[in-house]
Amino acid sequence: MPVNYYIYLSIILFCIGVVGVLIRRNAIIVFMCIELMLNAVNLLMISFSKMHYAKAVAADPNTTAGTDAQLFVFFIMVVAAAEVSVGLAIIVLTYRKVHSVDINFLNRLKN
Amino acid sequence: MMNVLQYAWLVPLFPLIGFLINGLGRNKLSKPMVGTIGSGAVLLSFLVSIWIFIQVKNGNTFVAHYFDFIAVGKINIPFAFQIDQLSSLFLLIITGVGTLIHIYSTAYMHEEEPKHFARYFAYLNLFIFSMLLLVMGANYVIMFIGWEGVGLCSYLLIGFWFKNTSYNNAAKKAFIMNRIGDLGVLLAVFWMIQKFGSVNFSGETGVLAQAAKLAVNDPALVGITLLLFVGATGKSAQIPLYTWLPDAMAGPTPVSALIHAATMVTAGIYMIARSNIMYTLAVSTSNVVAIVGLATAVVAATIAFKQNDIKKVLAYSTVSQLGFMFLGLGVGAYTGAVFHVMTHAFFKALMFLGAGSVIHGMHHEQDMRNYGGLKKYMPTTQWTFLIGCLAISGVPFFSGFFSKDEILMGAFAKNPVLYFVGLGAALMTAFYMFRLYGMTFLGKFRGDEHHPPHESPAAMTAPLIILAMLAAVAGFLGIPALFKPDAHWLEHFLSPVFEGSAKLVHQHEIDHGTEWGLMIGSTVVILAVIAWAWTKYSRYQKSAAEETGLGRVLENKWYVDEIYDAVIVRPLGALGAFFNGVVEKSGIDRLVNGVGRGVQYASRQFRYLQSGVIGNYILIMVAAIVVFFLLGFGFTPDFSKIKSFFGK
Repeated sequence: MPVNYYIYLSIILFCIGVVGVLIRRNAIIVFMCIELMLNAVNLLMISFSKMHYAKAVAADPNTTAGTDAQLFVFFIMVVAAAEVSVGLAIIVLTYRKVHSVDINFLNRLKN
Repeated sequence: MMNVLQYAWLVPLFPLIGFLINGLGRNKLSKPMVGTIGSGAVLLSFLVSIWIFIQVKNGNTFVAHYFDFIAVGKINIPFAFQIDQLSSLFLLIITGVGTLIHIYSTAYMHEEEPKHFARYFAYLNLFIFSMLLLVMGANYVIMFIGWEGVGLCSYLLIGFWFKNTSYNNAAKKAFIMNRIGDLGVLLAVFWMIQKFGSVNFSGETGVLAQAAKLAVNDPALVGITLLLFVGATGKSAQIPLYTWLPDAMAGPTPVSALIHAATMVTAGIYMIARSNIMYTLAVSTSNVVAIVGLATAVVAATIAFKQNDIKKVLAYSTVSQLGFMFLGLGVGAYTGAVFHVMTHAFFKALMFLGAGSVIHGMHHEQDMRNYGGLKKYMPTTQWTFLIGCLAISGVPFFSGFFSKDEILMGAFAKNPVLYFVGLGAALMTAFYMFRLYGMTFLGKFRGDEHHPPHESPAAMTAPLIILAMLAAVAGFLGIPALFKPDAHWLEHFLSPVFEGSAKLVHQHEIDHGTEWGLMIGSTVVILAVIAWAWTKYSRYQKSAAEETGLGRVLENKWYVDEIYDAVIVRPLGALGAFFNGVVEKSGIDRLVNGVGRGVQYASRQFRYLQSGVIGNYILIMVAAIVVFFLLGFGFTPDFSKIKSFFGK
């Protein structure tokens, strides 16, 4: 399957994630969209890695070049996990104050 | 071996110290102390000047170099004093007459409070210091420092009673008109630096030595000399910059005597005498100088006929006599002009101090119509004043006779018309001076009988007596060749200063017969005029009749002040109002304030970015990331590439 399709999918997922972050009011849904963006980037990394590996193997069948991005995906997953735990903790604490997860209520800095 | 004249710096040192002590200690010193310090300083300078004069008379002339003042590139302007015949003569006049006037002032200004008294003497000492710098400077720049200094002191002293607005206006007028002249001097100095590379008087590389090599009427010479003359018209009150001098009578009378009779106004003549070689070569300028001098002499004399304030008559008389001196310079009679400076310093200072004595005795009345018959109340003042009047009118054997005759003979040698117009001005001088004398001292006392005037104290009459003696006999320093060959001591003394000019121009000698005839004829006419004025004004009655016709024009000084006001002052004021209203308020202010308002507006708009709503912040973050992404990858949308990418 041509690697382009994976890249298109990744772009679409990323854009959906961005739009979701901007538009949704529920904080938990916003977090889901952030996770969606991170996973879209993971997909992108893997598809590029495959692309580069395929090119490198065509030149030299025994090479291991082009696999760096797969390692980077692990880093992204770790960061995502840490970020989710911290973010959910913040939402729980905020809920205790405001009794809602609507982000429009978080406007105490206004004016 | 150091030349002993290197110590010439002592001369200006004493007045400078006097200025500092009286100026800084004005709140603490008593009036007798202040008077002693002020007069003593100038007296010490006078003693050193006498010593310098004796040195110079024995042939020791010297340029005393102290330090490099301006040394830039190829231009070197040293701070140096040039002690030669011309400067030593002027030193004696300045310090001698200055000492007498300081002593006189201790009595004249006695009504002032101690701190104003001290301020007066401080300014007077500063003036003497500046004038000494002016005449001792060895180059045009040091001379200019003194030139500016005397202008400043003139302003300070005219406006001495600063609580009176009209006196302040007179002081401002004097300073501003002087400044206009100063621009001429500055431009001349710049031109000299450009043309000659130096501003020194003496030496092979000096201005005068280099100028002597140029051709007659060389354009640069004519330009430089004309510009210097513009400066002289400002400082020495010639047409068109003379109107400040009559107004300067607002200052105390001793100030008028010192500054506006004996010293500051002679600065212009000193400068031209110093530059005589340039003026001899630039014949066009010399003609201009002579004509302007003559015109000034005549115009000022006509105005003096109809003035009723005693000081104003003397002021116009000064302007007129200065015109004579410039006439002398213009026709090449340099010695005669300097001689007239000397005699004029004596008799004009004498008359101003005498007028001060009269004003003091008449309890500050200055209008001559209220004087009359003062000779029985103030005999000393009257006798000394009479001697002054005789001297200025050119009565034979008084000092003015010799100096004025020398100038007029020089004028006749150039062009007889100049002589006869000059003689006319001399006749007018005799007439208005004896008008003054008659209205003041002769006839019946027209003032208040219950407050009779009194003679002035010794501190005031002693200088009068000394000056009267000088005014009577100083003429014998310059006996013309007509009477006794080779007896003109002053000409012999000053010949090294003027020898450059004397070599270049062959003065036509008038034959002795003509000279005798002119001298006797002019004397007879002058004596007749004096007799006429004496009899007319000793019978003067005060009348309420207004002046009419020409009399009114003369009384209003030919309306020159009004003309200047309409032609120069008002348009400048309108220009200033335009610049203030249009350019400043509507233009520049709006621009500058607009910047401020613009910044405030922009910051108000930026404040909306901080809405406190998180959604907005995230939106802005995303937008920014997109922009950076595009910029970072060099946003040049190459549509063919994007198409091919999608096509695969």
